[in-house]
Amino acid sequence: MSKILIQFAHPTLSRSNVQRTLETHCRNVKGVTFNDLYEHYPDLYIDVKREQQLLLQHDVIIFQHPFYWYSSPPILKQWQDLVLEYNWAYGPEGDALAGKKIFNALSCGGGKEAYKETGYNRFPVNQFLLPFNQTAHLCKMEYLPPFVVHETYTVSEAELESYGQQYASILNAFVKDEIGSHHYQHVEYLNELYK
Amino acid sequence: MQQTVFFQAMIYLAAAVIMVPIAKRLGLGSVLGYLVAGIAIGPAGLKFIGLEGQDIMHFAEFGVVMMLFVIGLELEPSRLWRMRKSIAGLGGLQVSVTSVVVAGLAMAFQLGWKESLALGMITAMSSTAIVMQTLNEKGWLKTVAGQSSFAVLLFQDLAIIPMLALFPLLADHPAVQETHGTGSVVSAFPAWQQAIIVLLSVAIVVITGKYLLRPVFRLMARTGMREMFTATALLLVVGIAVLMTSVGLSPALGAFVAGVVLANSEYRHELESSIDPFKGLLLGLFFISVGSSIDFQLIVSKPFLIIGLVVGVMSFKMVILFVLGKIFKVRNAQNFIFSIGLSQIGEFAFVLLSFSAQQGVLTKDITDTMMAVVAISMALTPLVMMINEKLILPRLCTVGSNIEVHKASDIEEQDNPVIIAGYGHFGNTIGRFLRANNVEATVLDNDSDNVDFLRRMGLKVYYGDATRYELLDIAGAGKAQMIIIAISDEEKRLELIETVKKHFPNLHMLVRSTNRNDAYDLMNAGMMHIYRETFDTSLRVGTDALKLLGYRAHEATRSAKTFFIHDERTLKHLSSIRNDEEYVNAARQHIEELEMIMRADQQAVNLQSLGGWDRKAENSDYHTT
Repeated sequence: MSKILIQFAHPTLSRSNVQRTLETHCRNVKGVTFNDLYEHYPDLYIDVKREQQLLLQHDVIIFQHPFYWYSSPPILKQWQDLVLEYNWAYGPEGDALAGKKIFNALSCGGGKEAYKETGYNRFPVNQFLLPFNQTAHLCKMEYLPPFVVHETYTVSEAELESYGQQYASILNAFVKDEIGSHHYQHVEYLNELYK
Repeated sequence: MQQTVFFQAMIYLAAAVIMVPIAKRLGLGSVLGYLVAGIAIGPAGLKFIGLEGQDIMHFAEFGVVMMLFVIGLELEPSRLWRMRKSIAGLGGLQVSVTSVVVAGLAMAFQLGWKESLALGMITAMSSTAIVMQTLNEKGWLKTVAGQSSFAVLLFQDLAIIPMLALFPLLADHPAVQETHGTGSVVSAFPAWQQAIIVLLSVAIVVITGKYLLRPVFRLMARTGMREMFTATALLLVVGIAVLMTSVGLSPALGAFVAGVVLANSEYRHELESSIDPFKGLLLGLFFISVGSSIDFQLIVSKPFLIIGLVVGVMSFKMVILFVLGKIFKVRNAQNFIFSIGLSQIGEFAFVLLSFSAQQGVLTKDITDTMMAVVAISMALTPLVMMINEKLILPRLCTVGSNIEVHKASDIEEQDNPVIIAGYGHFGNTIGRFLRANNVEATVLDNDSDNVDFLRRMGLKVYYGDATRYELLDIAGAGKAQMIIIAISDEEKRLELIETVKKHFPNLHMLVRSTNRNDAYDLMNAGMMHIYRETFDTSLRVGTDALKLLGYRAHEATRSAKTFFIHDERTLKHLSSIRNDEEYVNAARQHIEELEMIMRADQQAVNLQSLGGWDRKAENSDYHTT
């Protein structure tokens, strides 16, 4: 049994169908803690002790957020800057997070086609996520491929629903320790594990 | 010299215009200035005015009536009710104990018991005019001493009525039946009818104030002519005075009741500002005539008797007041302000003295002597209060490091980068916050109880009126980087700003403001950093309300910030187009103001749309292909 911590960051959730659907689905999964960062810290004043405590209590960390400007909304950056302390998360004695799994769960306006060398955005999503990847590495965590919902503005209700179920299935599998590194080592997105 | 009205007016005004600023500049307060002016132009000085000073005094007593009206305006009935214990207890004891003690002393000097009692009651009175004016000038009205003094003075005003009724009974020599200044029309009626008439007149004042005056004022306000409003306000006060006098009640008391009744009305501020100049001038006139009526010839003819009486009476009153203050748990420093402040014999004594002369209670010899004693004791009051403030209070309030006396020992404190003026609930939060960040601040406060308490808590707090240049200088205003002006009194704040601008132009000023209007005044005074005391809190309540309604915390917070910026901008804009003459009264001013603000709200960006994060932009084909 693994415990999952979703670090959720969306400044205007009321305007996002996609994220709200994902939220409903993941809140229902047993073993998942949904930590709504903008709701807890509306002025970006982060309670570092509380956040570190939460991290210690969980095995899988998910940054769930819209993909703004090829990255996350600012509160997640603030969170990293303040919570991942030297000699706690990294540094010679910083082992608090060692061995935990971490990945991003994104909603992304552009289609997958746009995130190609030949596409409008020139690079694949995973390359844009390199700072997260390296941060995880520095904290001795295992960085997994992202879960991505593309074309959020044109996605139909039915498709959205299936994204939600897919997300829930993945979370369930993580809780039950059904996913090992051999499953995700060679996929681009975690979506591919549960079609 | 031909004594025309204009000539007299010129003399009085000139005396005031010359002496009061000088007295103020020397830190002596306006009352002393007026008194000196009176002495200067009186029979003892330049002889511009002779004995008519007495008549003018009766006229000028009307200033006291107006002052009580204004005081009433600032006292809501609920607050008055909360003060009932100190009014009846402290006031009642002061009047009765002083009367009895002085009467006893007089009897010891071979006076009859009736005369002695009359003298006792006369001596018990203190001067509402001098004390309230001085307390107000020093910003002490809200301190324990201020409140206690007010309670005692109010009780004395009440006590005047039974005293006037009692005096004819004390007459040894059958008086010439003559209608006296107070209480005449109704004295023809039997006693029970008189009582009914008196009750009815009070009822008339209350009912008129409560129901009739608002529509009248609204009507006057609508004429758009300021002077009509002023005329109505004057008519109100004069009318009450006439009504009260004709039924034998104190006009000051009637005006006070009317003021209290109107305290909750929206016309309060407008009334105050209409009456205020008249009140000030008449009081000034009153003080001048007190000064001019001091009979120096009489003093010269029996100096020891008069000086002895003055010193004796003032010390006895002081001791009695101090003991009563102790009983009522007034702390030491405040008790000194209270007992020394009320130690003189007041203007009502003039009324009682002339009344008792008419009624044959006291001989002319005694009343003449007493008149001089009363006038001298009134003239001494500002002096004694100043001595108290300069010599006694600093010792009591600034234990160990006396700023006014031992300047040198204070050098460490002088280097503090921040001065906080006013350490009430507003200032102390700032002070605590700065302390939490290891920023030491020099604190100035003029409530000695507060200073005393804070000192015992180990804070470096100094007692004094921050608007005074000397105190600011000693507090290190020359070296500090900023002064945080957190005093609650709006006028004092403006005064302080002026002092700082003049003497310490390099000092940053962060200023508290009460509301929008006050903020406008501060902007006009050139202030950049203005903090409306309820604005941030109201917005926090608004934010929490949105959250409880289901808004996301971050969106509510951003919206509040947007609104904050928008409102500050509106404030600046409206202050630039504000035109005083457009506003006839406080109520209308408030509504027009609100209307303009709300109109500005509509023109501003829709607070609902948070900008950024726009769907359309994200949805464009930049991302999809």
